[in-house]
Amino acid sequence: MSAEVQKTKAPSEPLFSKKNKKLITDPLTDNNPVTVQVLGICSALAITVQVKQGLVMGLSVIFVTMMGNFVISAIRNMIPSRIRIIVQLVIVAALVIIVDQVLAAFMPDLSAQLSVFVGLIITNCIIMGRLEAFAMANKPWPSLLDGLGNGMGYAGLLIIVAVFRELLGSGSIFGYALLGSPIPSDGHPLGTGLYAMGYMNNNMMILPPMALIIVGIIIWVQRSRNKALIEEH
Amino acid sequence: MESTLDIFVKAIFSENMIFAYFLGMCSYLAVSKTVKTAVGLGAAVIFVLVVTVPVNYLLENYLLKAGALEWLNPAWADIDLSFLSFIMFIAVVASIVQLVEMLVEKFAPALYGALGIFLPLIAVNCSILGGALFMQERQYSTILDATAFSLGSGIGWFIAIVAIAAIREKIRYSHVPPALRGLGITFIITGLMGMAFMSFMGIKYGKDEVKKDAPVTTSQVIQSNND
Repeated sequence: MSAEVQKTKAPSEPLFSKKNKKLITDPLTDNNPVTVQVLGICSALAITVQVKQGLVMGLSVIFVTMMGNFVISAIRNMIPSRIRIIVQLVIVAALVIIVDQVLAAFMPDLSAQLSVFVGLIITNCIIMGRLEAFAMANKPWPSLLDGLGNGMGYAGLLIIVAVFRELLGSGSIFGYALLGSPIPSDGHPLGTGLYAMGYMNNNMMILPPMALIIVGIIIWVQRSRNKALIEEH
Repeated sequence: MESTLDIFVKAIFSENMIFAYFLGMCSYLAVSKTVKTAVGLGAAVIFVLVVTVPVNYLLENYLLKAGALEWLNPAWADIDLSFLSFIMFIAVVASIVQLVEMLVEKFAPALYGALGIFLPLIAVNCSILGGALFMQERQYSTILDATAFSLGSGIGWFIAIVAIAAIREKIRYSHVPPALRGLGITFIITGLMGMAFMSFMGIKYGKDEVKKDAPVTTSQVIQSNND
């Protein structure tokens, strides 16, 4: 009887069972690919100067992790293990070419700003890491969700960093000036809003090293809240 | 015009792969616990960059670039295969890494013992593909310039990882707040080192002023945001 139950139950596992939901939610916090698994910092930090760039980069990575995980998982039993890295790289590269061509066609300015970093999604460690660790050993649907979760964890972190850097460095979010205008005009010698009171943008935030320090602080906050993540040196 | 020496020095200091572009951060963070392993990985990165960038340069200029196929047949002058460049570059990188691994294993077992475990890691090190993509974006005029760029980038990466590994060896004896231990403090130190490296931006290279028609790079975006 138990065998029969097993038989009927296995295929009817709901698409969003508890286990599958965990695949999406875990990487957002306690198993974040960037702050906990230390993957995918490579191409991430240089493009967090503006929220818009961070968002587009995040969406591109979500697309590539999802589809890459799905495709690799679907053909995982056909890949000879000696050349699996090359097979994975070629599939990921094909997906990244799609992203790059779409960006170049519909958002040429943004595509020029992101410059080589779209291409570098190929070697983004999150993608290879999840392919190796998850997609090679699991069925396509959970792999897709795992890719979605990890992509969102990465995108979330990018957006948090980008919000800090754009707000403190340029005084705007998505290009909308929130703190008034720093440009002097008639009647407003110092600009408007906060700038009229003598506030200045922190230009340091725009420079690359601050991205690292902000991520360091995010890790600090996260590990203070969740003691289980603390490392022994 | 930049001289070859300018390109070389620039790639080491003011356009350092780690501190200016964050390329290869994953292995930089993972393999920088001791100086010895850091030296091994750094040497392997220099080696692979110097081999792959010139090969990719030839591919780019004789196969992929718009009009690059003209040397085969004048009728193909308007073919532009540059959309294939990602897949070609990564295939070249992955296969050269595999080839180098086999050659080193066969002819220099001692070197293989030292580099062995790092070589496969390097295929997915962003700095290798990043080197190829920057070479494509900046359109170096000769293969010598491209090689100088790749050697400089490799040395810059080497300096960065060896320096952070030395600092991490020392920091083991300091009182770091528990939540910052390991990854957190490494990020912050890298940020501070990046600030120190930014002082190299003041170096005046050759005779060239600001290039007007150069493709937009991240550093230019940063500058235009500053204005």
